[in-house]
Amino acid sequence: MNEALWALGRGTGVVALALFTMSVLLGILTRSGRPLFGLPRFALTLVHRNVALLATAFLAVHLVTLLGDSYAQLRLVDFVVPFLGAYKPFWLGLGTVAVDLLIAVVLTSPERASVGVRVFRAVHWLTYLIWPVALLHGIGNGTDAGAGWFIAFAVVCAVAVLSALLWRLTGGFAPLGSVRADLTQGDQNRTDPKRTDPNRVERNR
Amino acid sequence: MTAPRSLLHIDWTACDGRGLCTEILPELLARDDWGYPLARTRGAGSDVPVQERLLDAASEAVALCPRQALRLVLGT
Ligand code: HEM
Ligand code: SF4
Repeated sequence: MNEALWALGRGTGVVALALFTMSVLLGILTRSGRPLFGLPRFALTLVHRNVALLATAFLAVHLVTLLGDSYAQLRLVDFVVPFLGAYKPFWLGLGTVAVDLLIAVVLTSPERASVGVRVFRAVHWLTYLIWPVALLHGIGNGTDAGAGWFIAFAVVCAVAVLSALLWRLTGGFAPLGSVRADLTQGDQNRTDPKRTDPNRVERNR
Repeated sequence: MTAPRSLLHIDWTACDGRGLCTEILPELLARDDWGYPLARTRGAGSDVPVQERLLDAASEAVALCPRQALRLVLGT
């Protein structure tokens, strides 16, 4: 039985990482304000959210199934407080850190209306930290980390997220109406969009 | 007089022209050249009248706006 739980624990960990990777890609796409494959923007936002929640569900199974693992010797405190683990405490701790930060993201995101857009965005930036921390945890802690398929999987995920991130940082990222620079310039020009300079989009990426 | 209308209020200082609302409410909102929503009702400015049957769609738009720039003021 323990063997089966162990396999399930590893499998759900890999699936969670795959889904979180997709969620980050979809989040960046959502942020770009572009539709994809004929899916409208509002639908992409919903897909982004649902993939994130599905990933979180897999992550929950990942934690619970490994709780009984004789090798990892997890205690409940290891789910919340990092670096106390009995086995590979550093790599395990990274997983705990990712879970803690993720809880903040998952609690604030659907509650955007009550926490406010500032808090939502500040907490949501954590996802850029969560993702690499979770990947490192998988590589450092995982039994499968040395396996060829896992290395290939990790490389594909990393290349996908890094490319999306680079795209996120380039000028052509948001095609229309990005007011990123206005956030630092103050709010002049904002009351009447008609009054703003059309070239603004190019200049301010 | 006409029955009191519900209004969809657009906060221009918050809006980033991402165009989710114009997709959800194409009957009410068009997109200008910079992606910002424009009321199809002439002269509506930032308070767009919402017909009864579009109220659900309008609340959806309020919930999904990434900048929380929309507010629905229900007519009673
Ligand atoms: C749980 C429910 C979640 C909801 C409702 C949600 C919602 C959103 C929304 C509305 C945006 C667009 C923000 C904007 O346009 O300003 C966004 C962006 C994003 N999301 Fe999520 N999200 C959730 C969870 C997650 C999770 C778990 C991750 C990653 C593991 C994630 C990663 C991202 C990323 C990377 C962006 C782009 C951020 C940026 O560059 O500005 N999200 N999310
Ligand atoms: S969804 Fe919100 S940010 Fe996007 S265009 Fe509409 S009001 Fe502006």
